[in-house]
This record gives sequence, structure tokens and C-alpha cells, in this order.
Amino acid sequence: MAAGATYTPIATQTLGSAAATVTFSSIPSTYTDLVLVSSVTNSSSGSNYSLSFRFNGDTGSNYSDTYLYGNGSSAVSGRESGTFVNIGNTTSITGTFTPTITHIMNYANTTTYKTVMGRGNNSGAYVMGAVGLWRSTAAITSMVIAPEFSANNWNAGSTFTLYGLAAA
Amino acid sequence: MSPILGIYASQISGHLSNFYSIATQTVGAGGASSITFLSIPSTYTHLQIRSINRDTSSLTTTGWSHAIFNSDTGSNYFRHWLYGNGSTVTAASDSAAINGGVPVASSVTGGSISNAFAGSVTDILDYANTNKYKTVRHLGGLDVNASGDYRISLISGLWMSTAAITSITINPSNNNFAQGATFALYGVK
Repeated sequence: MAAGATYTPIATQTLGSAAATVTFSSIPSTYTDLVLVSSVTNSSSGSNYSLSFRFNGDTGSNYSDTYLYGNGSSAVSGRESGTFVNIGNTTSITGTFTPTITHIMNYANTTTYKTVMGRGNNSGAYVMGAVGLWRSTAAITSMVIAPEFSANNWNAGSTFTLYGLAAA
Repeated sequence: MSPILGIYASQISGHLSNFYSIATQTVGAGGASSITFLSIPSTYTHLQIRSINRDTSSLTTTGWSHAIFNSDTGSNYFRHWLYGNGSTVTAASDSAAINGGVPVASSVTGGSISNAFAGSVTDILDYANTNKYKTVRHLGGLDVNASGDYRISLISGLWMSTAAITSITINPSNNNFAQGATFALYGVK
């Protein structure tokens, strides 16, 4: 069996000031999967927002997701369709950055729709997992990440690191 | 990678030196009845299987692909799972050991929309340790957008053996693996 080291950091973005969106562009097609590790807070007044993704600038209704979370007293599952896919959950509590690891599977494959899944912990409210689908066979070359593409921002200090994993 | 206005962007070169691609299998035309990784070296601490998965059945209710270790088909496996299907949450476990292996990959059934595959990341912890039973941790799911099934799964599995894992055989949830299903095996030092 061949073996080669992988899990390559592609880029990291640390917000020096609040931003409505974070964009990774010109993503190379040389990997098999992408992994985004994020630690964020949102700028809302006490609301929780999902970590939401759009790919390749597609703002059409080509996204859907299914989620599962526990909120400290009950477990809930739901699903939604729309113009972005929601993975994880973020808080607005100052200093309580919410970590999420998001896997973007076979992102450069041009014959399959793209499956995205992740696990996130919002220590103030939720522990959750989610899976989403972008109904496109295009290779992912860019992604935009926002707090549900609402009027809110990611706060300064939020970090996003994108890794590439290359299969043998 | 384009830096974004208002954001400090940093470029990082090189790779993390403790995560290795061992082997990958992609199902070709005609499908496959199983996927097998043989002669897995014992030089890593953990294994990870990353997959996109689909079967050839005409079903619309999904399941999981299970793995058998070292060709052990005895009743030596246990499973605990928690999953949501978009409306309800299920938590359950086996009441007795089973012989079918442990879940390592969610799966889209062939009766669902075309081009959709389930995604999974499954860790096999301390796989070469000869003093421990082997624990498997699975995160996987599928959302096929109003045609078929939906599922986000958190699963743990146990193989009650202290043998080092040297081979993994993965079976489809139903029928055969569909063309394009891909399983990549990684080693973590």
C-alpha cells in the first residue's frame, strides 16, 4: 500500500475586524477532501446562528441539510432547503468561540453532488451534527461562509483554517 | 488563495506530518460487492476511513455499510448509535453481540436522486494495540433533498478482539456498492 503524508493547511483567515462573510477562493483541485476548522462568534444580540456555506458563488436554491442537536434538555432533528447549507451553530457570547469541524467530501469530483458534514459545539446552547448537499457536479473552487447570510457579522478574532486531504 | 479585505490572511505551506494516506478504492462500472483493505501496516496509532457511498438497491430507506476486521465473522461486534432523520431522533444499541461488523459508512440508496452520495469520516482508534478491544467512531450522513432518506449519524462500534487490525472488509448496506463510491484509508501517527 502506498502511503503519503497529507492534511495540508491551504489557508488560514483570522478576522482583525468584524466581517459579514469569509471567502476562500482559488481552491486548488489537487486534494480529495477539504476540512474547515473554525472558531467563531457572531455579532447578533444574543442569537445563535448556523455556520452557513455557499459554493462557487451559487446563490440558487440548490442546497439542503439535515441536522441533529441536543440543547441541554432534549434532542432534535430537522431539515431545510434553501440558498445555503447550514453546518454547526455559533454563539454571540463574548469570548465564547464556537468550534466546528466541517468536512467537504470529494469536492473536486465532477460527477457527484457535494456532501458536506460537520460537528459543532456551541457551549452556550447546543452540541450538534449536520450533513448538507449542494446539488452541483461542479468542482468546488470557492466557498463563502457567513452567519446564515443574515445582517450579522463574524466577530473579530474568529478563525477559519482550510485543510486539504489527498487520498492515495 | 485570495486575501480578503479586512481580514488578516495567512498562507501556510507544507503538510501536517502525522496524517498519511494509505490506500484508496473507488468502485468502477458494474459496482462492487465489497471493499477490502489488506496488509494494513501497524506503524500508525489510529486509522481513519473517509468515504462517499452509494449502493445499487432500489430502496429509498438508507442504512450503513459495515466493516469486518481481520475476516472475523463471529458475534464479536457491538454498536451504539444516535441519529436524526430530519424529523425524529433515534438512540439505540445492540442488545447482544452481532456478527455483521460495525458501521463505518453512511450510504445513499440507489432509489434516491442521482449523483448524491453519503459522506462519512470514521476513526478506528488504537487499531494495532494488542491489549485493547477496538473502538470505532463514526460521523456520517446524507441529505438527498426530498427524494429518499435523510440521516445524520453519530455511531460508536466495538470489535471485541485484542488482535491488531490488519485487514478491513466493508460491505454495502444493500445490494452492491454503486459506481463512484470511494473509500480512502488514512493512518494517523
